[in-house]
Amino acid sequence: MTTSVILQSLLDIHATILQHESEIESLDRAIGDGDHYINMKRGASAIVEMHDELADLTPDAALNKIGLKLLSTIGGASGPLLASFFMGMAKVLKEKGDTSAKTYALAFASGVDLIRQRGKADVGEKTMLDVLIPVANRFSELANANADNKTICEALADTAEAGMRSTMNLIATKGRAAGLGERAIGHIDPGAKSCQLMIMTVCNALLKHE
Amino acid sequence: MKKFINKVDDVLVESLSGFAAAHSDIVSLHLNPNFLTRKQKALNKVAIISGGGSGHEPLHAGYIGYGMLDAACPGHVFTSPTPDQMLAAAESVHANKGVLFIVKNYAGDVMNFEMAAEMLPIVNGLHIESATVLTSDDCAVINSTYTTGRRGVAGTVIVEKCVGSLAETGADLQSCKLLGDKINQRTASMGVALTSCTVPAAGRPTFDIGDNELEMGVGIHGEPGRKRAQMDEADAITQELVNAILDTLKPVPNSEALLLINGFGATPLMELYLLYNTAANLFKQHGIRITRSLVGNYTTALDMAGASVTLCLLDDEIKQHWDSPVHTAALRWGK
Repeated sequence: MTTSVILQSLLDIHATILQHESEIESLDRAIGDGDHYINMKRGASAIVEMHDELADLTPDAALNKIGLKLLSTIGGASGPLLASFFMGMAKVLKEKGDTSAKTYALAFASGVDLIRQRGKADVGEKTMLDVLIPVANRFSELANANADNKTICEALADTAEAGMRSTMNLIATKGRAAGLGERAIGHIDPGAKSCQLMIMTVCNALLKHE
Repeated sequence: MKKFINKVDDVLVESLSGFAAAHSDIVSLHLNPNFLTRKQKALNKVAIISGGGSGHEPLHAGYIGYGMLDAACPGHVFTSPTPDQMLAAAESVHANKGVLFIVKNYAGDVMNFEMAAEMLPIVNGLHIESATVLTSDDCAVINSTYTTGRRGVAGTVIVEKCVGSLAETGADLQSCKLLGDKINQRTASMGVALTSCTVPAAGRPTFDIGDNELEMGVGIHGEPGRKRAQMDEADAITQELVNAILDTLKPVPNSEALLLINGFGATPLMELYLLYNTAANLFKQHGIRITRSLVGNYTTALDMAGASVTLCLLDDEIKQHWDSPVHTAALRWGK
C-alpha cells in the first residue's frame, strides 16, 4: 500500500462518511449523544485538507501525521482512539520498512491493540472493537497464508460487516451507551458502523487502485 | 431549530469571544488551540485545569478565577476537548506546583486528558507534575467493574469550588487531589429531562420525547438515563431523584449537606426553586440537615428542559472551602 493509495482511501472515506450522514446520525441519536457524525466529518475533512503535505511522505510518516492531526481535531472518544490506531500502525510500518500484506496486517493489529488499551474495551462491548478485532484477526490469518489482495479485501469487508451487525444484539458496557442497559439492544453501535464503512471503503479503494 | 446562530461552525468561537469580552476583568481567551485562563496568572499554587465539551455553560469557563479554576479547555459541543488544548493550557498556567486536571468521567474526556497527562512531562522540556480528579457523581448510571462507570455531572461544580479554594492556600498537588476525590465520593446527583436538547450542528433534537413523558436519570448531553416515564407532579418526580441519591450516599441521620438544584438550560428559576423546596423537605424527613444551598443553571445541557438534584455530604474541611471567597463569572462571593 503506497502513500498515494492511502491518500485515495482517505478521500474515499471522507466521501463515504458524508454519504452516510443520516444513517450514522440516527444510530447515534438512538443510543449515543448525536455528535459522532459531526466528529467523523470534522476529522475526515481535516485529513483531506492535509492532502498536499502528505503526498510526498512515506506511508509510515503519512499515517503518523494523520494520527496527530486526528488527535487535535476530533476530540471525544473517537479522537484519541483513531489517533492511537494510526500512530500505532505508523510505528510498525517504520520498524518493518516494507509494505507487504504481512506487514500491514501486523501494523493493523498493533493499531487495534492500542485502541483496545486506550479504550479499555474488548470484543462484545458494543464498540468499534467488535468490528476491528475480528478484522485484525482475519487479516493476520490471510496474510500469513499468503492470500492475494483481492481475497484479503473481500474477506475483510465481509468480516467488518458481520462485526458491525453483531453489535445489534449487545448490551453496551463501554462508551456513551453504557448507561442504557437493555435499552441498547436492537441498535447497531454508531462507532462500529463508521469503522465498518471505513474498512469497506479502504478495501474497495485497494481493489480499484492496486 | 430556532436558535441565535450566524453560522453553525462559528457558534463556539463567537460564544467564547462574547464570554471573554463580557468577563474581560477575570478571563483571557486563547484560540487555536482553544483555552481560557485567568486574566492574572496565579503564582505559587497548584494550577487547577478543567475542560469538557461545550454546551454545559457556565461549566467550565464560568468557574475560572480566584478560588476556583486557573484554566478551562472547551471542546466542540458535547465533545471532549483535545490534548493539545490541555497541554497549551497547562504550559500557560502552571506555577511550579503541578497541575491538577478535574475531569468528568466520560470515555472521551478521560482518554483525551489521559493522553495530555502522558505528554505533559515531555512538552518543551518542561517538567510539570500532574494529577487527575475524575468526577462521577451521577447516580442514575449504575457503577460496575465492566462499565465506564458513573458520569460526572453537576457535582463537578462543588469539586471545582472546594479544590480551587484549597489550592489558593498553597496546598500541594496530592492534597488537592485527595480533597477532590473525597468530595466526589460524598456527592451524588440525579437528573430528569422534560424535553430534549438540540446540538446546533445537528439541527434537530437529540432524542424524541412525548408531551406527557419525562426521561428519568438523563445525562447532561441528553443521553438516555434509567427509564422513560409518564409526566407526574413535581413532588413525585423529586421523590424519585431524592431516593436514588439516598440509596447511593446512605447518609447517617443528622448528616450535614449541601443541596444543589441545577437547571439544564430551559427550566425557569421559578421551577428550580419549587424543586428546591420539595427536595429540601424530603431530605429533612430523612434527618439530613441542609446547611448550604445553590440553585440555578450551573451545569446545563444546551436548551434541555429539566433539572438535577445534587447532594454533597459536608464535613468541616469541605464547608470551609465551600464558604471561602470565590471570584468567577458564574460563582462569586465573600470577596
